[in-house]
Amino acid sequence: MVRHLILVGTRKGAWIVEGDANRSNWKIKGPMHLGAVISHYVADPRTVGYQLMSVGSGHLGPSVYISKDHGESWTEAAKPPAFAPVGESARTVDHVFWLTPGHASEPHVWYAGTSPQGLFKSLDGGNTWEEVTGFNHHPDCFTWRGGDKDGTPDGPKLHSIIVDHTDKTHLLVGMSGGGIFESFDEGATWKPLNKGVAMDFYPPREDGSEYEFGHDPHCMVMHPVHSNRLYHQNHCGLYALDRDQGDRWTRIGDNMPKDVGDVGFPIVVHPRDPNTAWTFPMDGSGQWPRTAPGGKAAVFRTRDGGKSFERLNKGFPQKQAWWTVKRQCMAVDAEPSVGVYLGTTNGQLWGSFDEGATWQGIAMDLPQIYSVEVVTIK
Amino acid sequence: MIRVFLPSQLDDYTDSVRELELDMRAEAGQSLVLADVIAELERRYKGLAFRIVDEHGNIRRHIAMFVGETMVRTLDVPVTENSRVQIVGALSGG
Repeated sequence: MVRHLILVGTRKGAWIVEGDANRSNWKIKGPMHLGAVISHYVADPRTVGYQLMSVGSGHLGPSVYISKDHGESWTEAAKPPAFAPVGESARTVDHVFWLTPGHASEPHVWYAGTSPQGLFKSLDGGNTWEEVTGFNHHPDCFTWRGGDKDGTPDGPKLHSIIVDHTDKTHLLVGMSGGGIFESFDEGATWKPLNKGVAMDFYPPREDGSEYEFGHDPHCMVMHPVHSNRLYHQNHCGLYALDRDQGDRWTRIGDNMPKDVGDVGFPIVVHPRDPNTAWTFPMDGSGQWPRTAPGGKAAVFRTRDGGKSFERLNKGFPQKQAWWTVKRQCMAVDAEPSVGVYLGTTNGQLWGSFDEGATWQGIAMDLPQIYSVEVVTIK
Repeated sequence: MIRVFLPSQLDDYTDSVRELELDMRAEAGQSLVLADVIAELERRYKGLAFRIVDEHGNIRRHIAMFVGETMVRTLDVPVTENSRVQIVGALSGG
C-alpha cells in the first residue's frame, strides 16, 4: 500500500504527516522529541524505514537520533558530531544543522553540517561521527568561513551537503558564511565554486575582480538525474550552473519580477526535469524582513532552467501573510504529477499535488517549521 | 554521601531520576572534584555527560552547576564526600 510521509522538523519537536496513495487523508503523528529543536529530519533513500534526525536543545547541546522503523522508535547516536581541538582553537558544536545520506553504494555513510560551520561523516549509519578533517582542518578554512561568531544572526551554518550520485568522491557544501566549496576526492581537498555569485554585503574589489569565497549561499541542489545542473538560492540572488558549460553561476533571479526580487531561502528541483525548479522568495529590501513580499505568499516556478518564472499563489493567502519558508522547508515527491511541499515560519504545512498550480493546507498548527522532507513508501 | 540533584531536561537519560546519592571517596592523597561526579553520572547514565559538558570539557552554556550554594563554571572545583551538587537547566530559551 503506497503511503506518503512528510517528515516535519520544528523548533519544538518533530512530526510525521502521513497521507494515502492519493496524497489525501493526511494524518498527523507525533510529537517526537517535544520541546527540542529539530533542524533536519531526513529519511534514508537507501534503506526503507531508516531515518536520522538532528535533535538540539537549548540546554543539552546537539545530538543525532536514529530510527530504523519509520520514526516509531529512536536511539541517540553514541558519538554525536564534536570538534577536536586544533592548536589553541576549541570549537564547540552548537547544533547539527544539516544531514545528508551518503552515496547509494555506501549505505551506511552519512554527512552532517553544523553550526559553527563544520563537516562531519559517519560510516555506521549515524551512530558515530568523525570530522572531515580535510575540510574542518584545512589551513584556509578559517579564511573561507571567517570566525565562528561571524555570519548569519543565529550562527553560520554548513548546509546543502551534496554527494554527486554519479561520483561518490564528488562532494559539495554550502556555508552561509563562506560560500560554496567542492571536493573531488571525498573531502580530502576543497576548492571554492562561487564564480558569478554576487556578494553585495562586501565592497567591490578595487581591481574589479570577484571574491573567490565569503559568499552567503542559502540552499543548493543538484538535479538527481542530470548531475551537471545545479541551482542555488543565495542571500544575493538566485543562480543556476551547468557544469558542462563551465563553472560560472548565472543569476537566473534577474528573470524574477522586480517587485518580488530574487532573495529567498529554499529551492527544490523537479525529480525528472532539470529545467523545472520551485522557490519561495522573501522580502530582502529595506530592513530585510525576510517575509513573503508584500505579505502575499507565492511560490515561483521555472520550467526553462531559469529563463522565466511563473507566480503560483492559488490557495495561499494574498494579504497579511507575513511568513516565509526556511531553507530545509521545501520538498518534492516523485509522483507523475509532482507534489511540492513547504513548511512555514508560522507552523503551517502546505502541499501542491499539481506541480505548484494550486496549494492546500495540510497541517496548520505546528510550531515554527525548520525542515520538511517527503518520502513515498511503496 | 554526595547528594546530586538533576534537572528535568535529563529525564530521558536518567529514567526520570532527579536525586541520587553517590558514595564517592577520594583516592589516598587525592581530592574529589566536580569532574569526578560527572564521570560517575556518565558511568551510571550513558550519554549524560556530553549533554551537560561539551567536547572540550566546558559546562554547556545553558547548563548551570552548583556545589553547595556556589554556581561554578568549571569542573575542577573541589567537592567533598558530603557535598550537595545541583545541575540546573539555566533560565533561557522561549
